[in-house]
Amino acid sequence: MSETPTNRAIPDAATQVDIYRRMIRIERNDDLTRQQIRRGRITAPYYSARGQECIPSAISVLLNNDDKICTIYRGIHDMVAKDMPLRPLWAEICGRVDGTCKGKGGPMHLTHPETGVMVTTGIVGSSMPIANGFGWAALLDGTKQVTVAYFGDGASNIGAFHEALNLASVWKLPVIFVCQNNGFAEHTRYENGTSVDFIAKRAAGYGMPGYTVDGNDPLDVYAHAHAAIERARAGEGPTLLECKTFRFMGHVFGDNDAYMTKEEKAAAIEADPLPRFRQKLIDDGVASAEQLDELTAKIEAEVNDAIDYAVACEFPSDDELRRDVFAEEIPA
Amino acid sequence: MSTETLEAPVVETVKMNGLQAINAALSEAMEADPKVLVLGEDIADNEGGGVCGVTRGLSTKFGTSRVRSTPISEQAIMGAAIGVAMAGYKPVAEIMLMNFTTVAMDMIVNHAAKLRFMSGGQSQVPLVIRTMTGGGNQTAGQHADFYEAWFAHTAGIKVVIPWTPGDMKGLYLSAIQDPDPVIIIESVKTLFVPMDTPVNQGPIPLGKANVVVPGSDLTIVSYGQMMFTVMQAVEELAAAGVSVEVVDLRTISPWDKETVLASAEKTGRLLVVHEAGRNFGPGAEIAATAQEVLFGKLKAPVGRLGAPYCAVPFAKKLEDAYLVQPPEIVAEVKRLMAI
Ligand SMILES: Cc1ncc(C[n+]2csc(CCOP(=O)(O)OP(=O)(O)O)c2C)c(N)n1
Repeated sequence: MSETPTNRAIPDAATQVDIYRRMIRIERNDDLTRQQIRRGRITAPYYSARGQECIPSAISVLLNNDDKICTIYRGIHDMVAKDMPLRPLWAEICGRVDGTCKGKGGPMHLTHPETGVMVTTGIVGSSMPIANGFGWAALLDGTKQVTVAYFGDGASNIGAFHEALNLASVWKLPVIFVCQNNGFAEHTRYENGTSVDFIAKRAAGYGMPGYTVDGNDPLDVYAHAHAAIERARAGEGPTLLECKTFRFMGHVFGDNDAYMTKEEKAAAIEADPLPRFRQKLIDDGVASAEQLDELTAKIEAEVNDAIDYAVACEFPSDDELRRDVFAEEIPA
Repeated sequence: MSTETLEAPVVETVKMNGLQAINAALSEAMEADPKVLVLGEDIADNEGGGVCGVTRGLSTKFGTSRVRSTPISEQAIMGAAIGVAMAGYKPVAEIMLMNFTTVAMDMIVNHAAKLRFMSGGQSQVPLVIRTMTGGGNQTAGQHADFYEAWFAHTAGIKVVIPWTPGDMKGLYLSAIQDPDPVIIIESVKTLFVPMDTPVNQGPIPLGKANVVVPGSDLTIVSYGQMMFTVMQAVEELAAAGVSVEVVDLRTISPWDKETVLASAEKTGRLLVVHEAGRNFGPGAEIAATAQEVLFGKLKAPVGRLGAPYCAVPFAKKLEDAYLVQPPEIVAEVKRLMAI
């Protein structure tokens, strides 16, 4: 949509396949999560990000393990794209003791520092102020680490967004603010809740670059994220990326979508970034259909293994209520 | 009456006020540990070293990358402090006045206090929140509230309200090294009154109350600037022949049940006095616990004094009526003593 200020970076063939791998990892994981809930095998509130795959996938190929993300309840795709191992992820979704958070966080509050997943918040807009703290630490440590704060379009109307962007700009923090604009905040249409036609415009108010990106085009996301990350690593401060996309499965699992038209949903699904990118990789000769099918099968096996593993894990013991409130265990 | 408390070892003291004590604590902690940071509105020397001057000199000494003035953005301050703490630093974040913590409540309550638990122990938020408050300065409804009960009610955050400068220094030193979030509420009045303070005051453990005056007829538990009021009342009561044991709670959560209940059991009577509203205030928790543990051992029901159910008023006359005064304490003690 809008041009990056520098030369547009293009991912090489292997990186393109890696983006696709992450996308399919999200899609398989998401599809099977919904299946497991439908079958009653797991009970959890679930906010599907089906349709939003390419945003964190095209960004994550540019991030190292020690680069950090702060994400939201609709952020399992961000973690899967960041290559969080699926067994502990699934165990957490299922509330098991072997989950990333011993079953005490659940699908809205996953944490996995090894892959840079620092905070997952259920409070709209709260990923951004905390991401700033990681950005500040990177400046103090003198590392080139960046932190990505993921959030939705609705979150850009919350005070925390405005305070966080202002502070990040004043302090020149290495933080990339990535708005996954899926057009709806719960059931509220974008234009009924947001005063500007493009959220990226708000960046100007905080003295930082802002771009509206085609969130369904991995190459567009990659190019903008590349420029933003370079900028952050070079000490030039934060960037706001608004990635336009759509969520296919409504707000929360079980949502009846009454607040959107059948036509707009059908058009969005028609533009599903996943099969489109697959076709592009094949057409461009980057990968063969067989190679991509093989990749999908491998990933599906990985997800199935994680599910089987998770449901076989134990639930946490009641003693956990006294642990991790403080560093020291609370006496019984 | 216990003789140990009377024969405390003689320590060399120096007169200092709370501002100096906290400044000394921050300076020492920053000197000793490069991970200690300070942030807040107007706290660097360019901006005056904080509204009361608590942080004066620190940015000159340690640089503005470690002592950072922030925009007026309470959520952004707390968020940055939480993130930097999770990344291994020990930030001391100032929220200028306690009423303004309301603007950052999400960050404090939903994030700082809960991230360790929700992450199954993976996240640590070793953060100190500094804030000031207190009646008696005619600042009215939005600049003088005590909200310690809000935070004490939230699992995962420790709540400290020091009275003396020595306690401030010692409790700050402990709070900064504590692996969990601690909110330290400074009663404004206590910041300006010079008191004898041990030279080289070291850390004072969190969660430990201080028996300030030993006594035998009744125990008063209080904290913060209300301790000045309590001490006045206790002097009057002593003149009237009533021996009151005074316990300065110092840490509101986790509170020192052992010391408070031992004292109440010894004297047989307990009165809790705080500046915060009486309704649902910390006194309710303390009184209920005393009743559960000491039922049948007390000679009178547990008394509670706190602010009435209204906002802090402006008019001096009303403000005086709002704050617990020495005669009220004297009257309540006499009522509990049935004299
Ligand atoms: C502070 C706060 N207010 C309200 C909610 C309830 N809520 C949960 S998700 C949501 C919509 C958020 O929309 P958006 O930021 O666009 O993210 P999306 O779900 O579309 O990814 C709301 C209002 C909440 N979790 N937090």
